[in-house]
Amino acid sequence: MTEESITLNLGPHHPSTHGVLRVQLELDGEIVVDAQPDVGFLHRGLEKLSEHRTYQQILVLTDRLDYLAAMSNNFGYVLAVEKLLEIEVPKRAQYIRVALVELQRIASHLFWLGTHAHDLGAMTPLFYMLREREDIMDIFDGISGARLTPSFMRFGGLAADADPDFVKKTKKLLDGFSGKVDDYERLLTENPMWKSRTQGVGMMSTEEALNTGISGPMIRATGLEWDLRKSNPYSSYEDFDFEIPTGIRGDVYDCYRVRVKEMRESARIVSQAIDGLPENDGSPIKAKVVKFPEGEVYHSIESPRGELGFYIVSAGGKSPFRLRVRPPSFVNLQGLNKMVKGRLLSDAVAIIGMIDIVLAEVDR
Amino acid sequence: MNLEILEEKIGNYIKEKASSRDEITLTCDRESILPLCRILKEDEALSFDFLSDCCGLDMSPETPRFMVVYNLYSIKYKHRLRIKVPLEEADPVIDSVIPVWQAANWLERECFDMLGIRFTDHPDLRRIILPAKFDGHPLRKDFPLEGM
Repeated sequence: MTEESITLNLGPHHPSTHGVLRVQLELDGEIVVDAQPDVGFLHRGLEKLSEHRTYQQILVLTDRLDYLAAMSNNFGYVLAVEKLLEIEVPKRAQYIRVALVELQRIASHLFWLGTHAHDLGAMTPLFYMLREREDIMDIFDGISGARLTPSFMRFGGLAADADPDFVKKTKKLLDGFSGKVDDYERLLTENPMWKSRTQGVGMMSTEEALNTGISGPMIRATGLEWDLRKSNPYSSYEDFDFEIPTGIRGDVYDCYRVRVKEMRESARIVSQAIDGLPENDGSPIKAKVVKFPEGEVYHSIESPRGELGFYIVSAGGKSPFRLRVRPPSFVNLQGLNKMVKGRLLSDAVAIIGMIDIVLAEVDR
Repeated sequence: MNLEILEEKIGNYIKEKASSRDEITLTCDRESILPLCRILKEDEALSFDFLSDCCGLDMSPETPRFMVVYNLYSIKYKHRLRIKVPLEEADPVIDSVIPVWQAANWLERECFDMLGIRFTDHPDLRRIILPAKFDGHPLRKDFPLEGM
């Protein structure tokens, strides 16, 4: 018997790393002594490229940041540019935007839950979740012509108004949605195997998580009631009634509960946005953009993964002087080492799953 | 968040202040970054406990060439603040703010990777996005878009 630790290379091509993430694990038997994430395999130079593209062209690049929540990326970017332009967005467009990004949040959480459960050995849930996600992709396809990369938002509004078909399809989805979430919960919430794999795994205190820069469902799972949609409302979020679900211990299980509750809350927001949609009074769905002024702005939104921020420095030209993306996945991934240390190797898979990373956004 | 409180608490550190579109931007010297950040985080009336972002700018042809930008947020007061620190081209070095916010670790590494700005006392200042052997810093304005 030796007492030496061994190095295990997890990824960059491994199903449970959800993309091209490589983690160098130092193992003592089955206990993780150290975990060093290695990122950058999907780097496309988005921030550099943005300095050489017009503001309108960059919108298309934002789709490819977090491809599981492309609508949210579009949204964060156009809001930052609108802040730079100081333009007002028509109320109807604001409501449609909210409906779209909340549908996107549901789709993103569904995909997360399905693959996360799959990672931990529950093969069935994924099929149910992809079924509902498909309905949302269908709605996006109908309104924007694309499922994954909609590029649907425009500065000052939207590329097109919502048609009656959008409203009809969304209402149909929402009608049965709560029952479907009940079904998912029936598979997992009280499942003893699910509980034993997730409870007490990857715990973090609120203070520690905050100091590490962690945002989104992960910090809410530690018990902190912080959601940018409530704390710093944008795009008329103050008009909607919804709760911020929180956890207690910040473990993988709490994170699961938070995301599942968030899906229910998002469904509530979508239905309020659709029911309260201001009438189309014949005015255009998009405000006019004349010229991009000089200045700098930072605007962030609550994306499905956390605080997604865009910092834009403009020198008055057609392209930004500098565009910086504050990627929630990248910052959240920093916590991996702390959460994994001292745990079993199999817990590492659960913890990577809980962070809900999208490597396209980590690497940009 | 108003300028009077900032003036009262950290007035001696502020070199320039600007306010536009409901955002406050302060400029300070690189020597004062650590003590300034400590006050910003620990003072009850400011309480900037969350480092949203830290990134770099290449301002060339302007001088000083580089700028490190910190976007801060307070969970308690829900307000934001931006701190900018100019750095000379010949000596792009600044203290790491990891002692104040752990979140700065990867953000500073990325800033080093992309712009070549060095952070003193950073425990692990390696490239993070680009390969270790990569030559140059892509977000510098003189780095061609198509690569070297």
